[in-house]
Amino acid sequence: MVDQVPLLQTQKLTKTFGSVHALAQVDFNLYAGEVHAVLGENGAGKSTLVKLITGVYHKDDGTILLDGQSIHPQNPHDAQSLGISAVYQEINLVPTLSVAENIYLGHQPTRFGFINMRRVNAQAKALLQTYNLDIDVTRTLSTYSVAIQQIVAIARGIDMSAKVLILDEPTASLDAAEVQMLFKVMRTLTAQGIAIILITHFLDQVYQIADRITVLRNGEKVGEQLVKDLPKRQLISLMLGREFAEIAAAGESVAPPISADAFVQARGLARKGMLQPFDLRIAKGEIVGLAGLLGSGRTEAAQLLFGIVHSDAGEVQVKGQRITLKSPRDAVRHGFALCPEDRKVEGIIPELTVRENIILALQAKQGWFDFLSTARQEAIAQEMITALRIVTPDSSKPVGELSGGNQQKVILARWLAAQPEFLILDEPTRGIDVGAHAEIINIIKRLCSEGLALLVISSELSEVVDYSNRVVVLRDRQKLTELTGDDINETTVMRAIAEK
Amino acid sequence: MRSRIFPLIVTFVVFVALYLIGFQRFPAFGTTRVIANFLTDKSFLGIAAVGMTFVIISGGIDLSVGSVIAFTGVLCALLIGELGMHPLAAFGIALVIGAAFGAAMGAVIHYFKIPAFIVTLAGMFLARGGAFVLSQESIPIEHPFFAQISDIYYVFPDRGRLTVIAVLFLIVLLVGILLAHYTRFGRNVYGLGGNSTAALLLGVPVGRTTIMVYMLSSLLATLAGVVYTLYTRSGYPRATIGLELDAIAAVVIGGTLLTGGVGYIAGTFIGVMIQGVIQTYINFDGTLNSWWTKIAIGMLLFFFIALQKFLTNYRGNFGLSRKRAVAPAGD
Repeated sequence: MVDQVPLLQTQKLTKTFGSVHALAQVDFNLYAGEVHAVLGENGAGKSTLVKLITGVYHKDDGTILLDGQSIHPQNPHDAQSLGISAVYQEINLVPTLSVAENIYLGHQPTRFGFINMRRVNAQAKALLQTYNLDIDVTRTLSTYSVAIQQIVAIARGIDMSAKVLILDEPTASLDAAEVQMLFKVMRTLTAQGIAIILITHFLDQVYQIADRITVLRNGEKVGEQLVKDLPKRQLISLMLGREFAEIAAAGESVAPPISADAFVQARGLARKGMLQPFDLRIAKGEIVGLAGLLGSGRTEAAQLLFGIVHSDAGEVQVKGQRITLKSPRDAVRHGFALCPEDRKVEGIIPELTVRENIILALQAKQGWFDFLSTARQEAIAQEMITALRIVTPDSSKPVGELSGGNQQKVILARWLAAQPEFLILDEPTRGIDVGAHAEIINIIKRLCSEGLALLVISSELSEVVDYSNRVVVLRDRQKLTELTGDDINETTVMRAIAEK
Repeated sequence: MRSRIFPLIVTFVVFVALYLIGFQRFPAFGTTRVIANFLTDKSFLGIAAVGMTFVIISGGIDLSVGSVIAFTGVLCALLIGELGMHPLAAFGIALVIGAAFGAAMGAVIHYFKIPAFIVTLAGMFLARGGAFVLSQESIPIEHPFFAQISDIYYVFPDRGRLTVIAVLFLIVLLVGILLAHYTRFGRNVYGLGGNSTAALLLGVPVGRTTIMVYMLSSLLATLAGVVYTLYTRSGYPRATIGLELDAIAAVVIGGTLLTGGVGYIAGTFIGVMIQGVIQTYINFDGTLNSWWTKIAIGMLLFFFIALQKFLTNYRGNFGLSRKRAVAPAGD
């Protein structure tokens, strides 16, 4: 395999968005008949690489070679006609059409200008049988499981062009048996000489199916190895950009007074496909960090705790009393607050002013009929602006015009104004500059000392280690372990993530 | 049973039930005369509703239909009466204008990404305004061609008359069914309504399909206007106000999902016929105000929307769980 000429090759492929290098001089080599996993944390450049290859984005520099020929796919269509198909996690098929129609939409066999439905169905059935899938192809696509839909999407892609298949998080919503079914299909395809690019967060699956791994970090290629030459620990340190040996024990983790009783306690909280039964207890004045790789179930845990998604097992208690969490409203009523991860989408309302954004949660909690006077609003806003050092000329500036860090502080202020007793912060420091970063961490620590119960989700290991009293480690939607006191340092957390 | 076809079956059962109720009380319901009259009386609504079905399956809406019919009537009346054109030439001109009008609406919807509701609402005002600009009054049409057309019909054994316009309706219906189920254009419309992003990625020419859908709807609305002109022998700017809503009702009662992607032209036909049955029943009864037709249709519509909601929720279990399953990407 090593001596072969790559089927698909990128040389010094570069793509920038504004001043950000989404992909910098990446050389990527894909050989016929292999499963090649592309790994990296969020923002590493995996999806940029795929989008450049499939023509969704256009490269700024570098070359893409297919069979030694330079190619310039302008759109996914172009790429497909060249022989490159992609199947995304959010399956791009039409749920309301039949399975057969989804496979042949746009290129149905016709007779005298009319679609020959019998041939469409017969061909679709025969095609799927080559994937060991014997199903009624005239049934509506949405009546089948995600796994089957995925195979239908793959079958369509391969049927239209069969050289390179890109699978983006194909197993994210499959159960174990379905994953094996998909892997079987993948092996059949590679046996035919098709090259598969696999993007996934499930490292165990990489070791099961992949032949080769390319690791990206911050838009750069940091490694390309055969799977057998790359142990998992080494892979993780490549992904995170730290050697185990280099990491000094953090050691200075704070040991604050922890009130004996848990304020919030989750017991066996679970939802099929999202999170395995999960236990958690947080006392007032305590910071619990949730660590784990992307897709490990961190955000899911927060969503379940805040009532955004209903659990199908387990319970949540507040001060020892079982509570029902049907919606975020219930959670807010019990003194919960959640600072979501994506502030642009879920958090701020950019057109509203700083003041309006800050009082939103408080107003909602009070009910809209008990309207806060402008003077009260202003007082609260000013207090928060001062306390969190939000940089804004005044409270009537639209939030959209503030910097990222200040927007993040406004969201924080919104939930603090509602005076929660339990605050969940999902990636509080993502996408903000270094200065603001430190300030937010200080605020987190101060909040905790003021008696708030805090749950912080963060990809920044050093950060989690710095402020957490306890760290809960998740992997593959499962709680692996809980670290306390002196056990909390980057090495232990990384080891917990990496090891069985 | 396939869930897609279930609403259609319910529609058919409702139609049969209503028809039997009518038949049991007024045996005349069983005659071809009444049945042929359903077709003739509802021909313009039916033709417009076929176009509306395509629009709704594609995930859109067309509010301009009633106004386009009125505009067509006034335009034809003027072309025939004032300019002395032959009716067929006038109809031809009207159809070309109608198709262009629809294509323009489709283009605005697609290229400017403006909701169909707004664009066709503007189209509704434009066409209605245009009709009034052409004439404030009703214009009667005197032309031998009209008499000739109404003299052509097929007589059933018990004297029911199948008129030209009823036959036109049936032809449109058949062509509509073929177009919807057996052409790439038709399947593209279903794909577009089912999931427009996916359709685009699967190679559906989204722009062309959108423009053609609205072109087809306006073309059929214009044809409905031609039929209406033949039926009333006049052009009247105040005609068929709100007819688009009757058409939407027929489409929805016929089992087409308002969310797009699922529907049947045949269902729309039954939806139109259900309105005909209700109207005929109320006419025969004589004691009921004719507006009871609207109340009955309103209740049916409500029932069918509730049914759709129930079915989509039932079917939607999967759709929802998929959305959740996708969520981890944001982690």
